[in-house]
Amino acid sequence: MKLKEIAKELDLKARAAEDKADREVRGGYVGDLLSDVMGNAREGQVWITRQTHQNIIAVADLKDLAGVIIVNRCEPAKDTVEKANEVGVPLYVSSLPAFELAGRIYVLIAKAKGITFF
Amino acid sequence: MPQDDGIIYQNSFPVEGGNFETAGQVSSQIKAILKSLNLPKEVVRRAALVAYESEINIVSYATQGEIKVVVRPAEVVVEANDVGPGIEDIELAMQAGYSTANEKIREMGFGAGMGLFNINTYSDIFHITSEVGRGTYLKMVVKINEKKEHET
Amino acid sequence: MTLREIKELLEAEVLVGHSQLDREITTAFGADLMSDVLAFAKPGSLLLTGLTNPQVVRTADVLDIAAILMVRGKRPTPETIRLAEELGIPILATKYILFESAGRLYSKGIRGCMEKVESDRATG
Repeated sequence: MKLKEIAKELDLKARAAEDKADREVRGGYVGDLLSDVMGNAREGQVWITRQTHQNIIAVADLKDLAGVIIVNRCEPAKDTVEKANEVGVPLYVSSLPAFELAGRIYVLIAKAKGITFF
Repeated sequence: MPQDDGIIYQNSFPVEGGNFETAGQVSSQIKAILKSLNLPKEVVRRAALVAYESEINIVSYATQGEIKVVVRPAEVVVEANDVGPGIEDIELAMQAGYSTANEKIREMGFGAGMGLFNINTYSDIFHITSEVGRGTYLKMVVKINEKKEHET
Repeated sequence: MTLREIKELLEAEVLVGHSQLDREITTAFGADLMSDVLAFAKPGSLLLTGLTNPQVVRTADVLDIAAILMVRGKRPTPETIRLAEELGIPILATKYILFESAGRLYSKGIRGCMEKVESDRATG
């Protein structure tokens, strides 16, 4: 499943580099500690976080993540948006909290693979 | 107007600046006391929450401080007083996301710039005064019979 | 779901609260920032976090959180365990990441402890 399809399904609002969101998402990573995400996130995952400063884009870029979704109705800082456009990391925002969003994305990805839970 | 009479309970608790090991102890104590007074659950929770955020602020930024609790029939008043660097721009500090926290504070999961914002959200009345180089004083009132709509 | 079922679903280890495994959980909140937990988590929820310090337990106590699930194979410090025992807050530990844990719990019917953040939040 592509990030832009997930965005459409879950009403995520694009904030940067939407044109780069046609990559296949290989699962997700929820985390608010940059060092943890640096250490543990995997290529192709979509990163769900409440951090909004521009360092998240550097981390997402370095780890080759599919994109970043900022939760809790937080908005990215201006330089975060600029940096995301510059390096081409898709950046979205959601009014859902991380648990709920992760759950919904998990189910969507599973469904795309033919697994249904309910 | 707060009533000066009818005090059901009052006490002051010292809080040591910089000591993350014991941070939160005072708030847990306050919560247990409020519970034992049979106050509504929601009041206990909100009063404990504002006390806790204040305590974390003192531990994170100040040299030393004190948290005072006064319970009256209609309200719980939590006051936090500290000797510390004070806050230069209170309006800015009140904004969600504004923080001057260092790495140590952030590692503990705090310092996301939500402390004063949360305190303001969870108290019915909130006053803050601060003097740079001296310290900060917070007064938070949680009314006992008024329910905040966002908290159920 | 009971804590016992959550333990099995996430192959978790119960570090504190063996006697409370029949406790029912219906909602959850996941975060690594205690400030966000304090802003949003609701009483009775399960807290999923990668933090392991005693402040996680303090926060859970202040908010009447039902239980703590430590994710990513993180282990609490001895002080954290001691405090959780003292305050009677169960701690489970799973090797799964927060996303996988949330996904599995969601698939079994656990929901976020709120639908949406309603109020406008400034840049956080």
